[in-house]
Amino acid sequence: MFVAIRFTLLILVSMGLLYPLALTGLGQAFFPQQANGSLIHNATGQTIGSSLIGQAFTRPEYFHPRPAANGYDAANSGGSNLGPTSKKLIDRITVDTSGYQQKNGAKQPIPVDAVTASASNLDPHISVANALRQVPRVAHARNVSPKRIKALVLQLTEKPLFSEAPYLNVLTLNLALETKNSF
Amino acid sequence: MFEITYLLFFLVASLLITVCLGGYMAKVFNYQPTLLTPIFEPIEKLSLYITGIQSTGSQHWKQYAFDFLLFNLVCGFVTFLILSFQHLLPLNPLHLAGMEPWQAFNTICSFVTNTNWQSYSGEVALSNFSQIAGITFMMIVGAVSGLAVCVGFLRGLTNRHSGNSGLGHFYQDFLKSLLYVFLPLLLVGSLFFISQGVPQTLQQQVSVTALEGAPQNIAFGPVASLLTIKQLGTNGGGFFNANSAHPFENPNPLTNFIEILMELAIPMGLVYMFGVWLKNRMQGWVIWGAMMAVFLSFLWMGNAFEQAGNPILSHLPSISVGIDQQSSSLQSGGNMEGKEVRFGVLPSMLFTVATTGTSTGAVNNMHDSLTPIGGLVPLADMMLNIIFGGVGVGLMGFLLYGIIAVFLTGLMVGRTPEIFGKKIEKPEIILASIAILLHPLLILVPTAIATMNDFGLSSLNNLGPHGLSEILYAYTSAAANNGSAFAGLNANTPWYNISLGIVILLGRYISIIALLAIAGSLLSKTKMEPGPGTLPTNTLLFGGVWLGVILIVGALTFVPVLVLGPLADQLAMLNGTLF
Amino acid sequence: MQNPVESIESFTVQRNDRKHKPAMSNQSLILQQALTGMFTKLDPRLMIKNPVMFVVEIGFLLTLVMSFQPQIFGPTLVTQSYVVGVMVILFVTLLFANFAEAYAEGRGKAQADSLKKTRSTTQARLILADGTEKLVGASDLRAGNIVRVTMGEIIPSDGEVMEGIASADESAITGESAPVIKEPGTDMASSVTGGTKVLSDYLLIKITSNPGESFLDKMVALVEGAKRQKTPNEIALTVLLAALTLVFLMVCVTLVFYAGYSKSPLDTATLIALLVCLIPTTIGALLSAIGIAGMDRVSRFNVIAMSGKAVEASGDIGVLILDKTGTITLGNRLASEFIPVAGKTVDQLARMAACSSLDDTTPEGKSIVELAKRLGVTDLNNPANTTSVEFSAETRSSGVDWEDGTRVRKGAMDAIKRFILDQGWQWSSEAQELAEQVARQGGTPLVVACNTEVYGVIHLKDIIKPGMAERFAQMRTMGIKTIMCTGDNPITAEVIAREAGVDDFVAEAKPEDKIALIKKYQSQGLLVAMTGDGTNDAPALAQADVGLAMNSGTQAAKEAANMIDLDSDPSKLIDVVSIGKQLLITRGALTTFSVANDIAKYFAIIPAIFIVAIPAMKAFDIMGLGSADNAILSALIFNAVIIPLLIPLALKGVQFKPMSANQLLTRNILIYGLGGIIAPFIGIKAISLALNLFGL
Repeated sequence: MFVAIRFTLLILVSMGLLYPLALTGLGQAFFPQQANGSLIHNATGQTIGSSLIGQAFTRPEYFHPRPAANGYDAANSGGSNLGPTSKKLIDRITVDTSGYQQKNGAKQPIPVDAVTASASNLDPHISVANALRQVPRVAHARNVSPKRIKALVLQLTEKPLFSEAPYLNVLTLNLALETKNSF
Repeated sequence: MFEITYLLFFLVASLLITVCLGGYMAKVFNYQPTLLTPIFEPIEKLSLYITGIQSTGSQHWKQYAFDFLLFNLVCGFVTFLILSFQHLLPLNPLHLAGMEPWQAFNTICSFVTNTNWQSYSGEVALSNFSQIAGITFMMIVGAVSGLAVCVGFLRGLTNRHSGNSGLGHFYQDFLKSLLYVFLPLLLVGSLFFISQGVPQTLQQQVSVTALEGAPQNIAFGPVASLLTIKQLGTNGGGFFNANSAHPFENPNPLTNFIEILMELAIPMGLVYMFGVWLKNRMQGWVIWGAMMAVFLSFLWMGNAFEQAGNPILSHLPSISVGIDQQSSSLQSGGNMEGKEVRFGVLPSMLFTVATTGTSTGAVNNMHDSLTPIGGLVPLADMMLNIIFGGVGVGLMGFLLYGIIAVFLTGLMVGRTPEIFGKKIEKPEIILASIAILLHPLLILVPTAIATMNDFGLSSLNNLGPHGLSEILYAYTSAAANNGSAFAGLNANTPWYNISLGIVILLGRYISIIALLAIAGSLLSKTKMEPGPGTLPTNTLLFGGVWLGVILIVGALTFVPVLVLGPLADQLAMLNGTLF
Repeated sequence: MQNPVESIESFTVQRNDRKHKPAMSNQSLILQQALTGMFTKLDPRLMIKNPVMFVVEIGFLLTLVMSFQPQIFGPTLVTQSYVVGVMVILFVTLLFANFAEAYAEGRGKAQADSLKKTRSTTQARLILADGTEKLVGASDLRAGNIVRVTMGEIIPSDGEVMEGIASADESAITGESAPVIKEPGTDMASSVTGGTKVLSDYLLIKITSNPGESFLDKMVALVEGAKRQKTPNEIALTVLLAALTLVFLMVCVTLVFYAGYSKSPLDTATLIALLVCLIPTTIGALLSAIGIAGMDRVSRFNVIAMSGKAVEASGDIGVLILDKTGTITLGNRLASEFIPVAGKTVDQLARMAACSSLDDTTPEGKSIVELAKRLGVTDLNNPANTTSVEFSAETRSSGVDWEDGTRVRKGAMDAIKRFILDQGWQWSSEAQELAEQVARQGGTPLVVACNTEVYGVIHLKDIIKPGMAERFAQMRTMGIKTIMCTGDNPITAEVIAREAGVDDFVAEAKPEDKIALIKKYQSQGLLVAMTGDGTNDAPALAQADVGLAMNSGTQAAKEAANMIDLDSDPSKLIDVVSIGKQLLITRGALTTFSVANDIAKYFAIIPAIFIVAIPAMKAFDIMGLGSADNAILSALIFNAVIIPLLIPLALKGVQFKPMSANQLLTRNILIYGLGGIIAPFIGIKAISLALNLFGL
């Protein structure tokens, strides 16, 4: 009994406290940017978010992220958890789809990621198909040539190791739109 | 093309890990020196000294099991206090309240057993102190205990201590597992994850103003240290509610790949170690191959159905152009509800098959939103619970089916059955029967109770057959000590907190005790030398039969409920029926 | 009198010298008993020992109640005739199961009856302390009593001969009609068995067993199955089957709730039908019949197994220790060659050797005459008034003395050497060389001399029983190591071992060597079988996992052994091994078959019961059974009729050919695993079509 208690305390102190605290020290020392949430700042030095965490965008001059179950609340992650035969899901998708059509035209099919909610509620990415579909709207809102917007999209497209298909970070993309005042 | 390259990388990496980690563990637990011995031996001795353990002589299985249980009990109790009184403890900048008792009960049951079912949402309910001293600590206890117990079990099966009836010493095995196996990987793994963007800080939240001007509160904390043990220990309880789908808990496709391998690493290595200990590496590879065959079949099945997407979306009545679910060079396509763009379909499904096969329970996509057959895959994976399985217990479960398989095949070649040279008789069959009965008992009975009562049905997020799947998934996950969920189900109710907690406890401890008892019983028998009349268990043929027994015993038990749940759901989806 | 039911196709089991077969007329008796047993065994107190069938019985009782009160377990949509149909099929299933067991038991009983007759009313003359005799019933005798048995009387119980020499007829036990001599003091001949008959003279016998414990009693009990206890493996299998039954019980009970959730309520009768289809009724019904039949097969070989455990263990034997003499070789050495010394011809030597053996009645002697005749030496005659000189331990030679003083001798080399030297003649080294040459080949040399002249050497050779080499080869493929034990010198032993094809041999073996050998192999985890007959074999017989004692052997040997061969043929051990394997294979095969059947049954029943509420379930009705009632009844009928169809297999045992474990497994998985998956698809569909034909 006492062995069990002493052993528990030993593991609690060493692995429950020492191990995470030591790692915090190491992480802060070697990778301070990443360890503190990969926060990014705008030109004025203001923290505007994390490069890893998606944000809600609704204005036409920005690229829009995927639908989120909980409105990009970064303190409460999670998906819709609706199954494919759920009426709630199909209703939501129907609404989102017609909204997307209205904003981005109804001529081409809609990329599936544009109307489905992510798992985390914080998906920072959209597919290239989705981004390209939004180019005319953004160009129109910003009153620049769609070609230039498209070029930016292609420039910021990522295809890292082990990724299934290329994608874009919406916040990075929109930040680029902002910082390149030429648009 | 991507699929082939990706899986090729996966297979090569798996093989490397199996051989390297397995060979290393075979030495460590056989008390042989390794490269790390000079560093860890003094720590091991010091730890034994300060905890007052004088002798590390080999223990009878009952003593071994008793030490394991008592230690787990004490750990659970301590954590219960930490969670309940987190408001009085440090590192709680958001001043979160203590956890409700039933939820705390559910949480400690879940974490001490390596289940890590969470009826709470990490970033909402837990202080940083609870996340490290409660959750991270419990994850380590659960996982390392599992490894230690498996080592004891394998010693019994392979007669490591010749002329001695013991399985080894529990606390020593625990320390060796922790120091030699877990600690180095935890440190390296955590630093890697931090470098990829996983936070490791004592802050709990940061407030920013988003680009469009709205405020955004970003939750984080000591994520990396928890993430590593969560994956490596096949624990699965996420720092965040979204678990490994959260960008902070799984920032990119590479971390996703590494997280998958970490889940599989120790279970795979143990299979190899078993072969080494048996002095029959082929046996290890046959088991490994059988597991991998099922793994890849599940993956293929899940991937095919997920990639096909949801046919209902292709024919939405009010939409003129339709939704494009085809995979192309511009998108991954498929059923993207509940999936992250950076993972797409195959890396999501690989994670799903790995996490449910290994009893990890971490998720990088929301299983509740999978297509019905895509969701059947993780369900079936957990019902078997041995496709590599949880740290330690997976191999034990596989060998349990092996006992049944050799019983039948032994008879069929005209010999009283034996496994690895030990006769299988009434006591072993009784114990194996208990362990085999337990699984359907813990899954089918509470699911049935929940489906007929409001306290069960009111938690549902989905109706129709998918609702049945949600409840079934919860108890399957609990019984398999997996911890993943069809997360639509609101499990934070007294009924679910208590019933799932009990299922989790029984699912873990009864089967472990039964298996340790089997090891103890087999240990006391004379080992028979294999001859031409002995049925070799290290052949492709036996591997096939072994799998057949596993699939048939598993399938026959769960077919009816799966027909009414996922299969009925699939038929409904194909017919466009909504609930 | 070949009984068709017992013609077993296995390689070992084809023997024509079986005794104790139930006569053809017994067949109807057995059938009659089985038909009665079919109903008496419905008693739930008996049924509960078989958990699988007990569940069926409960299901039957429930449907029986529902046949009269269809609504008793809640509202139902099904017709009364459907419920009655289910009830009747369940009842028939139970009867089939009981019939299998009763029939297997019946065969044993018939065999026991003939033994019982001899036991019934024997009287014994008990010698009292004052020396007077008193007539008592055999059942009143206790161990230690002394009885007198005279010509024509039945020996009342097992005992030791204390006085007298008599010939006895043991055919009641052994089936062997030739009388055997019983006399005191000798190892084997002094023990007598109750139920055997004294043919001549008288015996004073000290009784060694109490009533009910005699060999005859045990034998009757064993073959009757009255004392049958489940064997360890059978118990383990029963546990496993019970666990499977429990699993399916859970599956079916919980299905009620899931069906309720899916708004597709299940009918109680259908649920019971599903449960009965899923639980392993096939093996559950046949399990005890398989065990009884296995024991029965052993006893049909005239081997009495003291426990089923021994029969099971014999399937696992890893090492067979066999005595050379009588098991591997014919009992005696026989002349195989005449080797003359220089200056003598084969013919001369043969004639001389044969002459010396004409009066010799030993097998060796006879074989010398035989060989000579075969070599064309005819008109063998000794002159008149010849004196034959018998073999004695002192002279170690035998031969004849003719009237004219000629002395012909054959004998061991040193005996003949002395014979020559004693007459003052030189010993020729040539004969010595020839003799040594024969010994080097593993043979026994006999030197033949006439007066002072050595003629040559007779090569006496061990003759290996025909077919032994093939049997040992089969043993090897089955993974069984054969070891020959012999008192011979290593050279002889090696030659015989090589010729017979055994894996190993022990020469100059003493009884205690056998125990050491057994222990050595047991410590390696191998199961060891051996045969023996003498008292000094008893410890080794007890030590061995399977000890087969010869019925001609001593009481001590028989008590130590766990099997007794009534024919005293040690090579039967090999047959027993096959029977043991066959017993286990039959169990495994039928269990696999039974479980594999469930796949098809699911496909038949599951779509059927949900098709009304979930029409899309039609996708799973791959057999196209149509209506739900038809599908369920078809599956249930298949489940019932498969039992009687498999009774012959259960009784005969699955065919067993010696081959490697892997080959066996492949073969049996294909037949009983794959077959078990496919067969019910065909069977259920056929029954369904038949039901349609009758408009059901």
